[in-house]
Amino acid sequence: MPHRLTIAAAARALHSGQLSAVELTRACLERIAALNPTLNALITVTAETALAEADAADRRRRQDEVPPLTGIPLVLKDLFCTQGVRTTCGSRILRDFVPPYDATVTRRLKAAGAVLLGKANMDEFAMGSSNETSHFGPCRNPWDTERTPGGSSGGSAAAVAADLCCGALGTDTGGSIRQPAALTATTGLKPTYGRISRFGMIAFASSLDQAGSLTKDVTDAALLLQALAGHDPLDATSIDTPAPDYGPALDRGAGGLTIGLPDEYFGDGLADPVRAALTAAQQTLEREGAVFKRISLPHTGAAIPTYYIIAPAEASSNLARFDGVKFGHRCANPRDLRDLYCHSRAEGFGAEVQRRIMLGTYVLSAGYYDAYYRKAQKVRRLIADDFRAAFREVDVILTPTTPETAFRLGERTGDPVRMYLSDIFTINVNLAGLPGLSLPCGFDAGGLPIGLQLIGPTLGEEVLLQTGAAFQRATDWHARKPDLPGPAGR
Amino acid sequence: MAITDATVRKVAALARLDLPEDQVATWTRQLSDILELMQRLDAIPTAGVEPMSHAIDLALPERDDVVTNGNQREALLACAPEAENGHFRVPKIIE
Repeated sequence: MPHRLTIAAAARALHSGQLSAVELTRACLERIAALNPTLNALITVTAETALAEADAADRRRRQDEVPPLTGIPLVLKDLFCTQGVRTTCGSRILRDFVPPYDATVTRRLKAAGAVLLGKANMDEFAMGSSNETSHFGPCRNPWDTERTPGGSSGGSAAAVAADLCCGALGTDTGGSIRQPAALTATTGLKPTYGRISRFGMIAFASSLDQAGSLTKDVTDAALLLQALAGHDPLDATSIDTPAPDYGPALDRGAGGLTIGLPDEYFGDGLADPVRAALTAAQQTLEREGAVFKRISLPHTGAAIPTYYIIAPAEASSNLARFDGVKFGHRCANPRDLRDLYCHSRAEGFGAEVQRRIMLGTYVLSAGYYDAYYRKAQKVRRLIADDFRAAFREVDVILTPTTPETAFRLGERTGDPVRMYLSDIFTINVNLAGLPGLSLPCGFDAGGLPIGLQLIGPTLGEEVLLQTGAAFQRATDWHARKPDLPGPAGR
Repeated sequence: MAITDATVRKVAALARLDLPEDQVATWTRQLSDILELMQRLDAIPTAGVEPMSHAIDLALPERDDVVTNGNQREALLACAPEAENGHFRVPKIIE
């Protein structure tokens, strides 16, 4: 069953000649054909080009030393521009958009030899926590198809959890990699803001957006980060510090680490099974030699209001470019130019995207700027300072990724405020620009996955990988698979 | 700060979103709910706090002023809903 392989295991099998990239890609495509009609994890499947890329990878491998991801089939969230392959951002307004260029992330994956299987479903413009705002319909959780896989990178998470691919890329503005990772028992890494280029990634909130990975384990997260991290002159906000070799961190073990437990993340809103799984995870890491310390992040409760001012403000500005003129949907028979703008946008954007554009426009408008936007920027500083102080005492912070396991599709769609609260444990990490890693750490009585979150200091990806790899050597939660029909493989 | 139907209409116009009249009341209610959540920030003292506009401290990098991606006119116009004679086409704006 080659579709089950991790990236590292597939790379070994390809290297030894046990498996060809064409066989591996074909296995993934068969799995997609069997399961995607139910899961709706992929908006676009690039079967033909994937097989051609795999064939080319096999031929290169026979001739030469090849880059590390040669022949590895991956999925990209549908907001990374892919030259010649439709990139919808989960929106009607970009339904037929075929980018004339590649995102830096796309270009780097191609340079590393990866095979693109397709583009993953997502909340429209990455605005959502359940994948239900997608114009292409909700993605379903492989662990229970009546439930959400989380969002906004729900398709990427479901594709990895259901073994439609070896790994996937997502983006995380307020938890959009880590929350779906937690709800699908996958490993989700959001690196430090600026560690991976945003060039060619369709923008939602530019001071928060960060690309990262959804994978089957921490080793694979390190492999993808290695291929993607680094300065990009095309993104003025990308960090100009060379990426280290992430491999050695995986073997360091948790011995000697001081791990912080913030009181504010273990309060009343936490579901009992999540609390129990976190306690067990703490004990596991203690056995691996880590020491725990209670800490306080006093401004934690301000996360949601701060985020839902800053992110919509930036979104309302970023999404002004969708005007029905240069690309994307245009309404029929506009009366004049203004009518063309207003109708193209009202038809092209879904309700949640319009809600955030409205909110952002309001908080930036004359008379309210200081009361909302300026105030939120000040609180953002306090949130970041909380973390800075904590990292003087601890090496890494452990929290739940989400307060609850996956909720039912439709359960929260009518109540935006309740939906926004799904991201309560992940948002602060984006506001502070820090790296975060979500790992599977158990299941509730209904068999739904539970995730833990590790938070590191700025550019602390290595300590996250170190702690995460130690945890996964001691547990097998990440290796559990949902019970799905489909081709038995070979 | 409660928001009114008139504010919602004004914000929609600023955001260039066509807002059908029968949806205004729903929008007013939803936006008011969300703004109520945001007003929790009023309780947090922030006197003397420097606003944080970015997650990391960055200097604005400069680059040489040279063309790096050449003439992409045809590729870009191919994305347009309507193009003609090397231009984007829009409704007439000057009578």
